[in-house]
Amino acid sequence: MSTGTVVPPEVSTHATGGHPPTSTGLSHEKIGMWAFLGSECLLFGGLISTYLLYRGESRPGTITPPDVFDIPFTSVSSFVLLMSSLTMVLALAAIQRGDQHRLKVWLLTTGLLGATFVGGQVYEFTVFVREGLNLRTNLFGSSFYVLTGFHGVHVTLGVLMLLSLFSLAVRGKLGADRVETVELVGLYWHFVDIVWIVIFTLVYLIP
Amino acid sequence: MTSVDHKKIGILYAITSFVFFLLGGLEALALRVQLGTPDNTFLSPEAYNQMFTMHGTTMVFMVIMPLSAAFVNYLLPLMIGARDVAFPRMNAFSFWVFLAGGIFTYSSFFLGGAPNGGWFGYQPLGRNMGGHNIDFWVFGLQILGIASLTGAINLIVTVINMRAPGMSLMRMPIFVWMSLVVQFLLLFALPIITVALFLLMFDRQFATNFFNINAGADPLLWQHLFWLFGHPEVYILILPAMGIVSEILPVFSRKPLFGYRVMVFSGIAIGFMGWGVWAHHMFATGIGPVALSAFSASTMFIAVPTGVKIFNWISTLWKGKIKVTAPLLFAVGFVAMFTIGGLSGVTHAVVPSDTQQTDTYYIVAHFHYVLFGGSMFGLFGGAYFWWPKVRGHMLNERLGKFQFWLMFLGFNMTFAPFHILGLQGMPRRVYTYPEGQGWDFWNFVSSVGSFVIAASVLVFMYNVRASRKNPRCGADPWDARTLEWSISSPPPEYNFAEIPVVAALDDVWHRKYTEDASGRPVRRPVRTDAEVAAAAEMPDQPERPDIHMPSPSYWPLFTALGLPIMSYAMIYKAWVPAAIGGIWTLAGIYAWSLEPQTAEDHHDPEAGHGQEPGNPELGSPVAESVSAGGAT
Amino acid sequence: MSTATSDNAETSSTVTTDHGGGHEHPSDWQYIKIAMLLAFITGAEVVMSYVPSLGGLLVPGLLILSIIKFAIVVMWFMHLRFDNKLFRRVFVTGLALALFCYGIVMLTFNLPR
Repeated sequence: MSTGTVVPPEVSTHATGGHPPTSTGLSHEKIGMWAFLGSECLLFGGLISTYLLYRGESRPGTITPPDVFDIPFTSVSSFVLLMSSLTMVLALAAIQRGDQHRLKVWLLTTGLLGATFVGGQVYEFTVFVREGLNLRTNLFGSSFYVLTGFHGVHVTLGVLMLLSLFSLAVRGKLGADRVETVELVGLYWHFVDIVWIVIFTLVYLIP
Repeated sequence: MTSVDHKKIGILYAITSFVFFLLGGLEALALRVQLGTPDNTFLSPEAYNQMFTMHGTTMVFMVIMPLSAAFVNYLLPLMIGARDVAFPRMNAFSFWVFLAGGIFTYSSFFLGGAPNGGWFGYQPLGRNMGGHNIDFWVFGLQILGIASLTGAINLIVTVINMRAPGMSLMRMPIFVWMSLVVQFLLLFALPIITVALFLLMFDRQFATNFFNINAGADPLLWQHLFWLFGHPEVYILILPAMGIVSEILPVFSRKPLFGYRVMVFSGIAIGFMGWGVWAHHMFATGIGPVALSAFSASTMFIAVPTGVKIFNWISTLWKGKIKVTAPLLFAVGFVAMFTIGGLSGVTHAVVPSDTQQTDTYYIVAHFHYVLFGGSMFGLFGGAYFWWPKVRGHMLNERLGKFQFWLMFLGFNMTFAPFHILGLQGMPRRVYTYPEGQGWDFWNFVSSVGSFVIAASVLVFMYNVRASRKNPRCGADPWDARTLEWSISSPPPEYNFAEIPVVAALDDVWHRKYTEDASGRPVRRPVRTDAEVAAAAEMPDQPERPDIHMPSPSYWPLFTALGLPIMSYAMIYKAWVPAAIGGIWTLAGIYAWSLEPQTAEDHHDPEAGHGQEPGNPELGSPVAESVSAGGAT
Repeated sequence: MSTATSDNAETSSTVTTDHGGGHEHPSDWQYIKIAMLLAFITGAEVVMSYVPSLGGLLVPGLLILSIIKFAIVVMWFMHLRFDNKLFRRVFVTGLALALFCYGIVMLTFNLPR
């Protein structure tokens, strides 16, 4: 039965892709992703703080950062990840323009650059282990591997997402209506990059 | 199993949390039997450790948090005029993960022993404990954390983005505001305990050194990380109940909440300031005078917005036309008991007195007054208040009032003595005490009290059962103020046949009542449907409105199952099954992402299931007749 | 560069979703220039870390440079500079809380006991 007269507000659902209008005009998923990234700041902050707190506290005579770090190598790795942020944003620009070809090129490149970064990490870790630094060695070993390992897992998940997007694009399923999907994956990817910016400076560069 | 309807999910949360409440209560009774007399042997020290750890872990993570989630899930969309939450499948996922986490943690009883390191898990004790008890605690809490984190993201987006037209943030019911603050607290606090638990997990599974004193680790690292989470957590535990009380008091005083804006800002202030006080849980750990002074001051300050709320509740009742009902009793009980708990809290803020009180029963008194006398009373009040909306019939009033008084008596009998025992020096977390310390009498009184509480819980359960035959109530049996009372009891699957246009705070109240010259509420004339339809020249609403609701889905349940699989595997160091569990979860997420939210031909089969979509006793919406505010 | 849209985050009426069609994004070439700047700053950081005569200036210098890189990626690549203020508020709250809470924790470990 009728509750009374309510004139429905004149709102078009056209721009939201048929979804009901939102209170802010923004998409649910985008707000959700930014909330998630805000939350991740506290996750990585905790791991970074643990590393910083234990810096210099390992038992004397055990392996220290200068013993193992290869700054030139890690700098190249960092550069690779940084450039992947560029290719990510170019992929987004491409789909916004409707350029499916460039979209595929940049998505694949970003994924490959990310995989290269992870590959570099894995190589770096195997060298360190051979040199005697593992998870159990001392405070440095534990906090270093857990921090960079968590970051590496995040990058790997990102690479999986990028390759999935690439696969969708190749099959013609990443049309203009999926701009936001690419944008959201991009936000995650850039976040993973900025976490590395912090880690690279605090862990590797600062003595 | 596949439902994504927030109302069904809310009910699932409520039932599950109540079961855990009974389990946590049994654990408490075991503790009180053991402590009822000195030198008792009812529980061995090992069994005692498991009981008190599980009692705390259960009540915090598997009762108060999910019970609050039950209310938020069921009510929040209704209160903001929405049809569901922003991500219905993720909502279902949150519930299944919670259930999985709870069952997983409790399975430890059958797999070598329950967690036994305290609900707070101090290190390095936890990392060095043999057996798998602590592992179940670590993985169990991680699983439960995922449930709350996904819920937080969901509800934040829902409140920000799905309010009905006209419902600005300052026109939202206060319960919605408190819930929003809680979701932000969850969003930012959970990652911190996630870090702590991962560090502990790595220490136990992979022999890392995070809490290995021999390697130079610092036990305070755990404490900081845990309490950085733990303090916002206590506000997570209390704010929903505060929101519930703020909804109940106005209805039974027949007055608006006193100082709505101030109440909103106080809630935000509590949430905000809660980030600056955590080390008051660490006053006896040697953090040094600077830290002690700073945290002591910040802890004293946080009493201010809390005190403001108490005064506003009292002012709401003041000179109101009070109707004494079961919900009102619980709400007033909350205010009184929470005040007492708050007062002991203030004494903890003072470092010298806390140094004497810490690790004694005085602290146990404090947090039970605020968590049981506070949160649980609020949640019981909410149960009585919203029961008719959810079930379509009232809970028995006389039984409800009796239950309140019995619970009130039992609660105070159990926990008031703890203040005395604590000041007499009885330490906490001990499995027994010797005769002749002067603690025998009050321990015995407390133990008797705990059984009175148990009896009151049985009364509640009896009430639930006996009330099933009560007559159907209408949409608005309490003559209340907010949007959920404008639709049928229970609501139809789609909640609102037409999304309401909101013109004011307490919109439903203003649609029913206007004010006379002296400010007293006067009922507006109720129009018949024919008059209303004629005035609007709109056709009558169809019985089954053509509304597409999100489709049910298997993927949330499927994905959730991967988490305990991974966890069991990792505890027993079975790496291949662990990897399978991980792939299972990922596969679930993939399938979920590729599934459309609403299947193309889905029309909800239960639309207009015999319920009227609306409440014909409401007059026309305020939009037509009130000039102040007006629909934007 | 780009014009900023200023959607009011807390409108009390419903608004159609703006997919960003109303303002310009930086062009591809502008993104490449930003990336080159980021690469340059990274190079500077690495070089700095090898210069012993910087002494006490090294750490603040490195921190400042990383903060600049962080901000550039967030504001331009993540588009936060041009997007609705709501996103900025949510993210910055998380960031600020992390800095505050963990900062205090690290401070307490270094205070006189």
